[in-house]
Amino acid sequence: MKKDLIDILDLSTDEINSLIATAEDIIANPDSYATKCERKKLATLFYEPSTRTRLSFESAMYELGGHVIGFSDATNSSVSKGESVADTARTVECFADIIAMRHPKEGAPYVASINCGIPVINAGDGGHNHPTQTLTDLLTIHREMGAFEGLTVGCCGDLKFGRTVHSLISAMSRYEGVRFVLISPEELRIPEHVRTEILDKKGIEYVEVRSLEDAMPQLDILYMTRVQRERFFNEADYIRLKDSYILTPEKLASAKEKMRVLHPLPRVNEISVAVDADPRAAYFRQVHNGKYIRMALILKLLGIE
Amino acid sequence: MIIGTIVNGLVIDHIPAGKGMELYLHLGLDKLSCEVALIRNAPSDKFGKKDIIKIAEKMDLDLDLLGFIAPQITVNVIENGEKVEKIHPALPEKLTNVIRCRNPRCITSIEQELPHVFRLTDAESGTYRCIYCDTKA
Repeated sequence: MKKDLIDILDLSTDEINSLIATAEDIIANPDSYATKCERKKLATLFYEPSTRTRLSFESAMYELGGHVIGFSDATNSSVSKGESVADTARTVECFADIIAMRHPKEGAPYVASINCGIPVINAGDGGHNHPTQTLTDLLTIHREMGAFEGLTVGCCGDLKFGRTVHSLISAMSRYEGVRFVLISPEELRIPEHVRTEILDKKGIEYVEVRSLEDAMPQLDILYMTRVQRERFFNEADYIRLKDSYILTPEKLASAKEKMRVLHPLPRVNEISVAVDADPRAAYFRQVHNGKYIRMALILKLLGIE
Repeated sequence: MIIGTIVNGLVIDHIPAGKGMELYLHLGLDKLSCEVALIRNAPSDKFGKKDIIKIAEKMDLDLDLLGFIAPQITVNVIENGEKVEKIHPALPEKLTNVIRCRNPRCITSIEQELPHVFRLTDAESGTYRCIYCDTKA
């Protein structure tokens, strides 16, 4: 039976651990993976722009020796003529071996997955899920910290619309002894369903705070997020809240030496450029990890050892 | 208030007071040609008040819908004036085209052909979520 990745919870912790092990092996031995996907094609169906995720998928497939087809803008495809997601998926499976889909509407990659016979990877569906970002985050945390268990994870910024935060909380909640410090303005608090259905239900320890400075000394991971303009219905709300939490070297001064700062990127101004040189800033290493974990994922979903 | 007993048909009992009309419409009972009685606010030992629907004809009921609207509902099957079966609809695992997803960001908001499907995600609280976008019903 084919396997898709629509939600990070589609993967068990064993499967995630195995993907991380494969990614680490790829990093150590890239040459031995250079022809693994020879004659295989990845279709990148990007209905909205996302340079970083698309390039990460494309370079992952090229480094496995495979090929890439697809579109990066829905206006250049038959979608602009009104084709349904299901029909597009059925058509693309005639040409490709695996699909990575980004779509502004929530659930679109799931619709594709139940309508075609090849693996579908959700490359982001609106404000809903972005599981390969979460895999990227997990690989980064594992590489930087050595393990997941017992970490105190601070999530800062837009915790309401930030899908990467919701997925990270879902995924990290499955590891022993993880606690969360949720740092956001009142307007961008973590949604009620994440609190009740993940944190409370699993008995995970968490606190909600307003001050980044106060939370800083206790954190092992600081996961910064961008206050995204496109998630707001109201421009005035965006302008008022976008500068709420900015990480500077001064704020970082009270952080643990081994603490790591992650960010799904792109950043706007929520992390000062002056922080980039600090060894605790792991966000560009995180981007690099994204390619390796996507390579591991493509191999897994295509059933290639 | 006296409503006559039925000889052959169905009695949907223990409907939460005020939900009877909603159920009547959802089940399409307005389209039946047989006698149908909707009794509202009948006294109930268990719930204080309840609604009851009596249908003077046997028909296939959407038990998933009944279970979703109120899992405490019971359906009595009447044959020759006798109760021959009592059905307790359970909370259904899945609801298809019973409720619509209201999330404007859901794929169902732009693709009209897609069925609106909700999955039971928490039986204890009776929570249903859209299978596409996870929005709560």
